[in-house]
Amino acid sequence: MINKKYFLDGFFSIKGINSPALALAASFIAIGALLKNVGFSIQQSIFSTFFTYALPGSLVMAESLILGASLLNIFIAVWLVNLRLYPMTVSLMPLLMHKNQPKWKYYLSCHFVAVSSWLIVKDKYLNFDKRNRIDFWIGIGSATWLIAILSTIVGYLSSDYLNKDIMIGLAIVNPIYFICMMIDAMKTVQIKISVILGSILGPLFYSLSPEWCILYGGFVAGTFAYFVGEQND
Amino acid sequence: MISTFFLAIVITSLATYLSRLLGVVTSQKISEDSKIFRWFNCLAYSTLAALIARIVIYPLGVLADVDFYLRLIIVLLCIAMFFITKKNLVYPTVFSCILLSALSAFFKI
Repeated sequence: MINKKYFLDGFFSIKGINSPALALAASFIAIGALLKNVGFSIQQSIFSTFFTYALPGSLVMAESLILGASLLNIFIAVWLVNLRLYPMTVSLMPLLMHKNQPKWKYYLSCHFVAVSSWLIVKDKYLNFDKRNRIDFWIGIGSATWLIAILSTIVGYLSSDYLNKDIMIGLAIVNPIYFICMMIDAMKTVQIKISVILGSILGPLFYSLSPEWCILYGGFVAGTFAYFVGEQND
Repeated sequence: MISTFFLAIVITSLATYLSRLLGVVTSQKISEDSKIFRWFNCLAYSTLAALIARIVIYPLGVLADVDFYLRLIIVLLCIAMFFITKKNLVYPTVFSCILLSALSAFFKI
């Protein structure tokens, strides 16, 4: 089934100075506290991180509930903000696919696609034979997912002690972690242009459409970066 | 009775898993050496960058209550720290949390 050695390699890749553990924990503690303030029970909060495991999606859901949005509006808002998971999955799974591995592994483990786990596997997949990469990935995903769930519980239980200043501090950790990881990932012309142009166009398109700006900005920046990169290779 | 919260969680989970599932389905036909794979790779990084820039510049939730210039200064300081510490991620992340909490408390007084 799952090769234990590679699974554990992945699982323990959350140790060390590049670990997303701190950033993940900080942001899901904030989510746990936020969900409690919205009025979720602890079971609902756990259930939410267990099945969603995507930070902006959970944040959008909580904010929409506070504003009293309809379920359809929540679906559309979450779908739009998490649509980035589609190109992320497509740019990951072909690296992990091997004909001797069962398909269910891919359909189940795609649930682990989130920024932190994705950035780690993109950084490390070359160290493994293609056949073993999926088990390595399942290890990374299980570890980051587990941290997210545990942190949600911690955040929920400690929400009375987290004042607004601490919540603000926790909320900045994840963007900082991602910015540093992205800078570190800028190793080819294509990725450099994608990251720089994406971070300019995303906010620039915000004035056109707050809901669509990430996708418009990402699409234009990524496509431009692709063509420039192909010319230069 | 099924609560609104329960339905909201189910809907959020489905809306999220949908993109991941479609990603796997699409991946079946894409080889890692193909041009389309490289294009998707660019799209993934650019979309992520757009999302993170949006979170910093037009945040949701509590971050929205922090002044824009304060957020920007924190980000720039942390990027500098990331390079100074030879790409150690622990220092900038811990530093950002403590500094912003402290500044947020300070400016309110």
